[in-house]
Amino acid sequence: MKQLIIKPEVCYGCRTCELVCSFGHYEQFNPKMANCKVYEYDEAAVAIPVVCLQCEDPACMKICPVKAISRDENGAVVINGDKCIGCKMCANACPLGNVSYHPTLRKVFKCDLCGGDPKCAQFCPSGAIQFVETDADSDRRAFIGERFKELIGEEK
Amino acid sequence: MKNGYIGTILRVNLSTGSIAKEPLNEKNANDYVGARGLGTKYFCDEVDPRIDAFSPENKLIFMTGPLTGTLATSSGRYNVVCKSPLTGTIEASNSGGHWGPELKFAGYDGIIFEGKSEKPVYLYINDGVVELRDASDLWGMDVFEATHALEEKCGNQFHIATISKAGEEGVLFAGVMNDLHRAAGRGGVGAVMGSKNLKAVAVKGTGSVFVARPQKFFDVCTAARKQLAAHPVTGAGLGQLGTMILVNIVNGVGGFPINNLKDGSFDTYADDISGETLVAKHLIRNKGCYGCSIGCGRRVEIADGEFKSKGEGPEYEAGWSFGGDCGVHDLGAVCKANFLCNQYGIDPITMGATVACAMELFEKGYITEEEVGFPLRFGDATAMVKATEMTCKGEGFGKIMGLGSYRMAEKYGHPELSMSVKKQEMPAYDGRAIQGIGLEYATSNRGGCHVRGYMISPEVLGIPSAMDPLVTEGKAATLKVFQDLTALCDSTGICLFTTFGQGLPEIAAMYREAVGSDESDEDILLKGERIWNLEKKFNQVAGVEKDTLPPRLLRETLPEGPAKGKVSELETMLKEYYEVRGWNADGTVPETKYQELGM
Repeated sequence: MKQLIIKPEVCYGCRTCELVCSFGHYEQFNPKMANCKVYEYDEAAVAIPVVCLQCEDPACMKICPVKAISRDENGAVVINGDKCIGCKMCANACPLGNVSYHPTLRKVFKCDLCGGDPKCAQFCPSGAIQFVETDADSDRRAFIGERFKELIGEEK
Repeated sequence: MKNGYIGTILRVNLSTGSIAKEPLNEKNANDYVGARGLGTKYFCDEVDPRIDAFSPENKLIFMTGPLTGTLATSSGRYNVVCKSPLTGTIEASNSGGHWGPELKFAGYDGIIFEGKSEKPVYLYINDGVVELRDASDLWGMDVFEATHALEEKCGNQFHIATISKAGEEGVLFAGVMNDLHRAAGRGGVGAVMGSKNLKAVAVKGTGSVFVARPQKFFDVCTAARKQLAAHPVTGAGLGQLGTMILVNIVNGVGGFPINNLKDGSFDTYADDISGETLVAKHLIRNKGCYGCSIGCGRRVEIADGEFKSKGEGPEYEAGWSFGGDCGVHDLGAVCKANFLCNQYGIDPITMGATVACAMELFEKGYITEEEVGFPLRFGDATAMVKATEMTCKGEGFGKIMGLGSYRMAEKYGHPELSMSVKKQEMPAYDGRAIQGIGLEYATSNRGGCHVRGYMISPEVLGIPSAMDPLVTEGKAATLKVFQDLTALCDSTGICLFTTFGQGLPEIAAMYREAVGSDESDEDILLKGERIWNLEKKFNQVAGVEKDTLPPRLLRETLPEGPAKGKVSELETMLKEYYEVRGWNADGTVPETKYQELGM
């Protein structure tokens, strides 16, 4: 199954993810309505995209008193607007802050993986947000193999 | 409104302290698009072109475009419009970052500042809450200090556009800086802001930008983004190497000016200050403006040595002005000078070119070591940085350099040594080696400038098709199209850099779907021509000097390189240019032209 992954080391802070997320869900451009957010730290020269990575054991789902939150066939933890009573407990329970409440829309919202093809990943120009098949052999540690190759390898 | 525009303009009278929200003039928005064009239209309707740029009658307009803050690639742009104190022309200085979109999210297409405040103030905008607040404690701060102080006061979600001491004290090429490192840099818009006792604008918004035909807009933006990603310049070159990629390329055609344009080729030194070297030695990370798929911004660190520093940039033009133009090939010094310009909010093109001019004045004995305080010779990296710092801080000889190269050289009796057009310094391409860009400098509505019609595209990069840089044929007609298209592009609120990989069809398509128009590409391009003629009209009434180039480009041949022996053949091109523009032979605009454009 595909998962969203973030690579803050390549994010350059354009916030296209926020734009396209709000547009995909509400047909309007509004970063405050986006399910993802980019935090930029000027002195440290980094930008960090933050997005729900769909917990295996989601606190938002567990705490919902009306069972409005469930996992769909794409692995996304989604909120059923018809059942939701707007108690905002999910927003408070999420340890990562990835469920938000919008005062104008008067509703809670979170990432739903856009029904299986997340637009943030589709439009991210730097590859800082990707939607990829992941398995136990993550490419995250591949770089250390490369380092060893350079250190002790024969090829020059 | 649901057509790219928000529908509200803020009008702030700094003399009386009144703040009004007025509906956007929809006819003007339709005719002049937004940002540069719409800001200029508001300005020209309300301000007499003959006023003094530092008088309270000058207005300062911050304006976004209909595509600002949307999915159109690189939509982070806004313009600052006023009469320039440097050139006396109309000025629309363009900046990226995140400030422009935030203004729209707060609920405004633009802000018109009028009059002059009695004491230092800043404008606080938090959605519907708009207040002029005391800025006495911020006065005298540099850009970074003021930005951090305002984030502290207002909250770190606010986006800040501010000036520094240089703007407060009237350095004629002080800009407005937003999001710390992004600049509305040229033409002294920051000095006008300072003359009004306006320190900054802090903005935060929670609202939305809507477009007229959402699904179609999404489709055309998506297609354009794919096209830009596949293009070698917008999809690879600019992102990988930044604009400094141009150092080796332009030097290769002999058009990288050296030593205040005395010499013509940086031979073996160019690569010392190239984009490739910057990436290899000093780049920390790329940076992108709002919604940008290119990411040409550079986070750069000079880790050690005399010029140890950290910041953003330099762009190619600053790389040239502090580098080649001053005969300096120490990249650390170039970066340090550029960071100083960001910190103190001044235009690095004019700054470096003014130092270069001072170096020539010094070497020729027109200014003395006593006046400057130290020897100021070509190639002296330490002296170049010191001269820049003195200007940033308004110290000693820096006060004279703060007038720009023309007024400085005039003061010492040698205005011909200022490499400027209409008193604004020409950027990093020699008009003798690249003929069309010389015509652009001469005809630009804001004096010496490359981004009103970037002839380097066809003449050096071969985009959209290659033209021989050394010939004059066809340059006038191509430049007209480039100038009109650029005026359109700037006015929509997207970045000019996108036009390396997309043209009129893509920009017109995004514009149509955003505003809900069915106009043809040609009708939309005509708005660009209308904007150009409006700017020209303002300049004519303001009494701006005629279109020409510094005598050096017209009479002194390039001493070496591929364009050796060439001068600018401006007269030939200019005649043709006025013809294709439909203007009189003396460069004035006939009334019939305005009528034809529906002005």
